[in-house]
Parts: sequence; C-alpha cells; structure tokens
Amino acid sequence: MADTTATDTLAPSPQPNQAQTAEPTQTAFIGGGDDTAIRPFSFHASDDDLADLKRRIAATRWPDKETVSDATQGVQLATMRKLADYWANDYDWRKVEARLNSFPNFITNIDGLDLHFIHVKSKHENALPIIVTHGWPGSVIEQLKIIEPLTDPTAFGGTAEDAFDVVIPSIPGYGFSERPTEAGWNPPRIAQAWITLMKRLGYTRFTAQGGDWGALMTELLGTIAPPELVAVHTNMPSTVPPEIFQALRDSNGPPAGLTDEERHAYERLEVFFYHGLAYANQMGHRPQTLYGIADSPIGLASYFLDHDIASYEMIARAFDGVPEGLSRDDVLDNITVTWLTNTAISGARLYWEALPRTSSGFGIEKNNAHFFEPFGVKTPIAVTRFPDELYPVPRSWAERAYPQLIHYGQQPKGGHFAAFEQPAYLVEELRTAFRSLR
Amino acid sequence: MSQELTAIERRHFLASAAVGAVGALLPLGSAEAVAAPTPMPAIAPGDTSIRPFKFRATDAQLADLKRRVRATNWPERETVADDTQGVQLATMRKLADYWANRHDWRRGEANLFAYPHFLTTIDGLDIHFIHVRSKHANALPVIITHGWPGSIIEQLKVIGPLTDPTAHGGTAADAFDVVIPSLPGYGFSGKPTATGWDVPRIAKAWATLMGRLGHKKYVAQGGDWGNAVSEVMALQQPPGLLAIHTNMSATLPAAVSKALPAGPPPAGLSPDEQHAWAQLTDFYQHGLGYANEMSQRPQSLYGIADSPAGLAAWILDHDIQSYRVIAKVFDGAKDGLTRDDILDNITLYWLTNTAVSSARLYWESRNGKGGFFDPRGVPLPTGVSAFREEIYQAPESWARTAYPHLVFYRAHDRGTHFAAWEEPQLLTEDLRETFRSVR
Repeated sequence: MADTTATDTLAPSPQPNQAQTAEPTQTAFIGGGDDTAIRPFSFHASDDDLADLKRRIAATRWPDKETVSDATQGVQLATMRKLADYWANDYDWRKVEARLNSFPNFITNIDGLDLHFIHVKSKHENALPIIVTHGWPGSVIEQLKIIEPLTDPTAFGGTAEDAFDVVIPSIPGYGFSERPTEAGWNPPRIAQAWITLMKRLGYTRFTAQGGDWGALMTELLGTIAPPELVAVHTNMPSTVPPEIFQALRDSNGPPAGLTDEERHAYERLEVFFYHGLAYANQMGHRPQTLYGIADSPIGLASYFLDHDIASYEMIARAFDGVPEGLSRDDVLDNITVTWLTNTAISGARLYWEALPRTSSGFGIEKNNAHFFEPFGVKTPIAVTRFPDELYPVPRSWAERAYPQLIHYGQQPKGGHFAAFEQPAYLVEELRTAFRSLR
Repeated sequence: MSQELTAIERRHFLASAAVGAVGALLPLGSAEAVAAPTPMPAIAPGDTSIRPFKFRATDAQLADLKRRVRATNWPERETVADDTQGVQLATMRKLADYWANRHDWRRGEANLFAYPHFLTTIDGLDIHFIHVRSKHANALPVIITHGWPGSIIEQLKVIGPLTDPTAHGGTAADAFDVVIPSLPGYGFSGKPTATGWDVPRIAKAWATLMGRLGHKKYVAQGGDWGNAVSEVMALQQPPGLLAIHTNMSATLPAAVSKALPAGPPPAGLSPDEQHAWAQLTDFYQHGLGYANEMSQRPQSLYGIADSPAGLAAWILDHDIQSYRVIAKVFDGAKDGLTRDDILDNITLYWLTNTAVSSARLYWESRNGKGGFFDPRGVPLPTGVSAFREEIYQAPESWARTAYPHLVFYRAHDRGTHFAAWEEPQLLTEDLRETFRSVR
C-alpha cells in the first residue's frame, strides 16, 4: 500500500492489483462535509506493487506481429517489445517519485471529491497565479518540467517579472485525485472545481493553461469567465470554423480559397476525424469494458501510446533510441503513475462524461460531439501553434474563434504534449502571452 | 472418426500414420507453440491434402490461465447503476470466479473434439474446419460460418440436428452434411501474416474448400461475419452454390440507411419496422465503439491478448442485447447460453491467442463500401431468420426488397445475435425449410 504523509484515512487510495481496488475509493468522512482543509500529500509506491508490476510485464502474453510494415494497424509489436524490455529491466519509478515529491503536493475536498494538486509558489513578488491542466492520456507528470521555469524564471532565462505561482491539479479520476463513484464529473463541473480551488488558495487574479482535456477545461473556464480569471492560454485551441466541419462531413476535400496554412490544418483534421478517434469513441461509449487496460500493463501502455499518430511515432522513435521531446522515462513515468493508482478506467470515463448521451460519438457528423468547435471564450486568450499537434492552428482561425485573442504564437517543434515535450517553448509562450496583463 | 472420413481424407490420414507423422500434425504443446502461427510441417505448394486435426491444451496452459484470472487487477465499479458505461464489474467478477474455479476446459475440449476436425491449406493459409457427414444418402452439404466474437463453438449444437435429422424431429430428407470452418485468424485456422484476407478472399476460400471436399452442390449459412461471407459467396456465384440462409440479414432500405444513426426515421414505418429502427439507432449511436477500434487500430489491443478478463469483457460487449442475456446467465438465469458456452468460446480465443488476429478482420474490411446491413443484391435463393433481439430484427418487408430471391422468412419472438448457439432447434428448422426447395 502507498504510504502518504497525510493520514491514511485522508489519502486517496491508489491501490494497485489488490482485491480492494475493485471497491469504490474509500475516503474517510471529512468533518461536516464542508471541509476546506488543504492537506499535504506525498506518494510512495510499495516495493511489492513495483515488483508486481515488473512481474506482470515480464509475463506478458503477446499477440503476433501486425500484418503490415507500418503503424496503420496500431501500436507495433516491435515498439511494445522494446518498451516492455525497458520497463521491466531498466526503468526506475523511484526517480520520478522523488521528483514528484520534491514539489509540494496537496489534497483538498471540493464538491465531495478529494482533489490532488501540486502547488508551487514563486519567491518573487507579484507572481501571476496559473492553473495548468493535463489531459488524456496524461497526468501531472506532463507538467513537471515547466514548474521551475515558471516559478523561478531568473534561473531559467527570464526575469523576476515573468514569475508564476503554479497550480497543477490531477483531473478527477486521474493520478492522485479521487475516483468519482457517481456519474456527473464532466468538464464543466471540473472547471467549476478549479475556480473553487484557486479561490481556496487565496488567489483573486489568476490565469489558466492546458492542452487536450486541459485545453477544454481551460476554455470552459474562459467561457464561465469568473471575475478572478484574467486570461487563458491553450496549446490545443478549439477554433475550427463551421464551413470546415461541413467540408469534412461532405468528404469532398478542402473548401476553395483556403490558405496553405489552413489547407494543412484541414488535411490534419481529416486524418484525425476519419482515422484517429476510435479510442475516444470506445471510451465515450463503453469505458468500463476496457478491463484489459486495467489488468495488463502492456495493454495500458499500448492504449496510451496510441493517442495520435504524430505523438505515437515520436514515442516509437524514442524507444528506437532517437528521443526528441519525450524520453523513455517520460513516457513510462506517465503510464506507471496510471498503473500504480489504478486509474485506467476512471481516466477513460471522462470521455463518457463529456459525451452527451444524445450524441452518437465524437466526430464530425451533425449528431456528434465536435472536438475543436469554438466554445465562445469570453476572457482574453492566447494560443500557441505547435506543428505536430492534432491540427496546427492557423492564425486566421484563432482570430475568428477568439474575439479577445491577445497572443498567437508559433513554435518550431512540438506536438500534442507541449509542456511535456517542449517545456522551454511553452514557458516562453506563457511569459509572452500574459506579460501585458500583470 | 474414420467412418467420417472421405476417401481422400482417409488416404491422407493413413499415409500420415504410416510415416508416424500424426503427432507432428497436432499443433499442441507449450504456450509458445500456440502463440506462434500454427506450426505445421512444410506443406508443398499446391498441396490440397486434408489432414485430420486435434488440439489438446497443455495442463500448464490451463493452470496459467486460471492463475491469470485469479490475479486480475480490477478497476473500480462503474459509476452508474446500469450497463451504459460498458460491461459491469459485478458481471465480470462472477465470470472470473466461475472461470477460475468451476469452468472445465477439458469438458469443452472433449465436446469439441467429439467431431472430426481437419486442416487444409488454401491460398497459402491453413484453414481449420469441422466436417460431419450425414449417414443419409443425398444429404445436402452446408457450410456454416461463425462471426466475431464467435468461433466454431457457436455451431456445435446444430451439428446433430442437421446431420442426424431423424433423431432430432426431422426426416431423412432433411439431412445435411455439415462443414464448419474457422475464419482465418480465428480459432485453429492459421493467422495471416500479410494483409489481404478480407471477406471476398475468405468467400473464395470457402468455395475452394467445398470443392476440395467433393461437394458439388451445396448451400451456405451464417450470422455476423458469417453472413457477410455467405452473401459474398453468393455474389461470386461459385459453381455448386445453390442458396444461402442468414440469421443476420442485410436489408436496410436506402432511406433508413441514410437516416441513421439518429434520424429522424423515414415516414410511414410499420410497427415491426419501427422496432428495427429503434434497435438500429441504438446500435449505430452507442454500440459501435469496439468495431471502430478494431477497424482502425486492432494492433493496439494488447490488453485483450494479455489479460483474460480484458478479453472476456471485450467479447461480452458485442451488442447490448446479447450482453444482457450473458449478464443474466452469470446471475444464474437460464437462457439460450450457459456459462460454460460463453467461457468455452472465450477460452478458445485465449488458448489460440487469436484476440488480435481475429480483430484484424475488421481492419481488413475498413474500406468496405456500405454499412453492415446494406443489401448486396444476393442473386441466389435466400432464407432469412429474424430473431427478436438480434442487433436489429429484419422486418419481412425489408427482407423482401433486399433479397430478390427470398424463399424463406421467419421472425422469431426471441433470440439474440448468436442464433445457432442460443436457438439451435429453431435455426435447424429454418434451414430445413429454406433449403427444401433446392434439394
């Protein structure tokens, strides 16, 4: 069992591979139901859990090789074999665990759920508070690399005026946040919880940032526009115009008159919507059926690697010995935290929560839920275009989608996991984006 | 068994026995052996021999399976009180308990190998099949094809009634010779190592198989992928194929297909058409997640190759109606299927390590034009059985339009997706009636 600095009864229950993980997370009743305490937290996996994980990886029952010589059937066997070999024999969870615990971690109960977050205050006066939200298949591990550059800018090429106070929560059902036992923790509810969290931390002016689900929650915050929210930044903006959705739906190629940049974005969207949404629809409709990713470390790893083709290929190259952006340890840190907290299914359930039951799925058809459709953000917003994101956002679309666009940045490298892959670029973008608002 | 062998089969069997090669023909043994493509002695190009086949799991494999089932790392319970998030934890817990403690593969294995099994190489791949000849003269040969997530185990219950009708409420004139192949990548058939084993290629292989068995006139039957294979065979019109029967017919009128998944439905639907419409909208809106995943990314499903519980849940979640029947069975209710039926089939997938190779059939079909249920214009006499809780119960009106040569239609007030498995008697009677006119 995990040891925590909080008392056992207050800690969430990251309990891998034991019978009791089948039960709903047990959380002690916290004084009166309106407890607003902020409790220190750290995580220490048991040696038994780590040994069990390695034993399971070594005992993997493999399928045969794909019948193609590329990635068109999914995550390739050779990549998974290399990943398993590294995970079972060379990977050391204790390294990232120590790094995670080197930051101040906390738990607080919001709306009935114990939420975990990292909270690092800058030593500089007037640091700008920012809440940074991860996505799927992610965790707070994605954001560790940007904490020091944001909070301690003078040690990382910036000035004291660039300083941020950083709050990095775990989404409900992810990592060290509690797993909901009832339906209803959808993105709007999570966004409301984030507002509560920032206020509880005493922040009266704050910003927000995110990619993937974190981008959706961040834009939702911009839509709710609480008075304390100064501005938001996203590295996965929702800007796709209606005529582009229509053209994708009609399948007749890009509309006439697109710029090269827009045409490129269109082509990437076409790939994503026609070939890249199967996992999202499985999780949107039937997350509970994925017992294989809860029970099999390799099943979990391959499911996580298959988020989008560009990031998959980047990760596959890392396991071939050519890392760029993410190292093998980065990739396995994120997968291992999900394994140790047994949050594969609770994490998947966010897609179910986000998919209206009247929608037939995530996609481009009229009755689908549309990723990337503008939300109507009311606050100032900044966006960064990373070239290997699901679609690299054209400036023209960002200007249309966001009446209060305060910054549009382009970076030369990076994909879906900006903070994880290219932390320096993302930090530079955040400093620039919010400079005028301090 | 030798009584069942054709002359060709007998010759090969004896020849093999004479050189002591029978043991080598049996792909049994270690987990490694079954994880690899079925190991067979080198088959000369053009080898059309038909080789007897038997499978016996090792004790070590069976013990390993039970150990893995017991060691399952379970997720927490779903956050709803129904099955809208997928296969429910309580059902999976009951299934795992039964699988680890009570299920006996040896019983299932003995039942399976009470019939004569064979392998033959077609188009470069070892095709496995059960072949049972009727004792009656002029029995009509029928090739029956299973689907996903099924196997030849789905069809065992119809073998007796079809081949031995006089013992099962029929007459000698109702007799069939039965051929039940395993789809490529499924069960004991070889796993393709290159792309291209799509439905038309399988349909051609089946015609080759029936020819090789000496069946000059025959019929075809199936549900699920077995329906697609049977209908495509009919389109290919191989010499000798007289008629087909389907229990998962493809009948959607264009207006219905166009209105899916969410409608509004075309005007003027009759009550049985409205029933079908309601089933179809539910399936197209909420029930295709697994098919999309297997169409796009079958190789990413390492979790169903490595985890018995992962495999079982994935297989249980084929469609909501059959899932509910199965969940009730694990709650102790009696229905068309038993817990052993369900676990025999899942265990076969596990022991042959065919979770991913079988999923690949969806990938092979990813660029297919038209939906699962769009009419193909079958040019041969066709019989349709429409079970009430199939993915959709095809209305007679749609079947008449979809099949230009409809010779039989019957709606059943019960039954889900697995007709031969759940309702073998009803299906048998429908086959007798459908094919009576082509004998």
